[in-house]
Amino acid sequence: MKEELIVSGRNIPGIDPYLNMWHWQIALYLFLGGLAAGVIFFAAYFVVRGKEKEMPAAVKWASIIAPAALVIGLGALFWDLNHKLYFWKLYTTIRFTSPMSWGAWTLMLITPLSMVWVASYMKEMFPKWDWKLGFLNSFEKWVIKNRIPFAWIMMILSIILGVYTGILLSAFNARPLWNTSILGPLFLVSGFSTGLAATMWISRDEHERKVLSRLDLIFIAVELFLIIHLFMGFMAGTAVKLEAFKLFLGGPFTVSFWVFVVLLGLILPGILEILELSGYRVPRWVPAFLILFGGLMFRFVMVEAGQITRFLY
Amino acid sequence: MAIDTNKCVGCADCVVACQTENNVPHGFSRDWIVENVAGTYPNLNMNFRSERCNHCDNAPCVRCCPTGASHIAEGGIVLVTHDDCIGCSACIESCPYDARYVHPDGYVDKCTFCIQRIDKGQNPACVDVCPTHCLHFGDLDNPNSEVSLALKNRKWYVLAPEAGTKPQLYFLT
Repeated sequence: MKEELIVSGRNIPGIDPYLNMWHWQIALYLFLGGLAAGVIFFAAYFVVRGKEKEMPAAVKWASIIAPAALVIGLGALFWDLNHKLYFWKLYTTIRFTSPMSWGAWTLMLITPLSMVWVASYMKEMFPKWDWKLGFLNSFEKWVIKNRIPFAWIMMILSIILGVYTGILLSAFNARPLWNTSILGPLFLVSGFSTGLAATMWISRDEHERKVLSRLDLIFIAVELFLIIHLFMGFMAGTAVKLEAFKLFLGGPFTVSFWVFVVLLGLILPGILEILELSGYRVPRWVPAFLILFGGLMFRFVMVEAGQITRFLY
Repeated sequence: MAIDTNKCVGCADCVVACQTENNVPHGFSRDWIVENVAGTYPNLNMNFRSERCNHCDNAPCVRCCPTGASHIAEGGIVLVTHDDCIGCSACIESCPYDARYVHPDGYVDKCTFCIQRIDKGQNPACVDVCPTHCLHFGDLDNPNSEVSLALKNRKWYVLAPEAGTKPQLYFLT
């Protein structure tokens, strides 16, 4: 049998026998970033559409998730840095070719803005709330007056944030599993779907939940469609893409991907939402939890599996 | 740099020279030996390669670096400015040759072609120490340099050209 044997004495921590530099911090951040992008996008979307009254959970209550998720996500990213005290160097330059630079600047903008968004609704959520300081009250009035342009800015930023979580990975041409242009839209759609699920979980209003459920079903369908296209791309790809695909078809990630991400994270909650919309009683946290779980699993699988795929050896 | 795979015996002198010259921390290495055995028994063919950073022309590590710490210095050598590096590992993920690692001090480190020696007009430590003279270093823009002549007169290949990085390590066969 014709064989090729490759031996090397190199054994660098995190690099050999296969790359393992990014761990749960990155996967968790990608999940939280997508979640925040989804929550912010739909809060802003319903404001722009003038449905503030109709969708109280989406616009007000759920938007609290966004700054919390972003702060935890940023904490995870900071944890992952190896040269932590130099993190501020990110903000001394803008590098257009580096997705991480884009992401750092987007987070710099969207995190405080998402806090302002929540703050501008504090008096509506807690009628007894008082900012105590005069300039905060006048700033709040100014934000409330300019809510529509603010919502537009948030929508644009949330799309950049959602796409960036995918492009962060897809920009690495050295990792064939990640290096596919469909990853950006896929992570965006998945992030929006998790954002909708979290909002659905919080909502107490029957009508609002139906609207969110319907929207979420569309996103689940699009996500499934994009996953099929992702794998069609791999199957028709070069040798390294086929190797990447093998990880999911008989390889070590077969069960975690097809069972946890696709079946439990997309198809089952999709069916439950259809049942709910057609009148059956489904505990509302079940589909929401499954979607959030599937979204988290998806990012863990992609981060772990992607680092195994390579060109050499 | 050109590496003569016909002459390399895999002694790893280049690895040790590099570790000594550049104070590479224990357990890490900027260059390494790959032993490749191929064929159908008993017709086997073995060759050795001394590998390191490919100092790519289209370096993905430089493209992905969010702070500009990874950069291409004059002459084409890919370097990392330690004080600009935040240790995010984006360059490590982007390298098809896995030539980078995180130094225990936190920043990302890699082969510099011994820039401190080149500035003095010397060769990289691995080149000077090689007992079989299988490493050739020089300026590819100069048609009469040792490495340009080697590439002109010999057959060669590069590693993973399909990754599109235009690697600058040439393996002579």
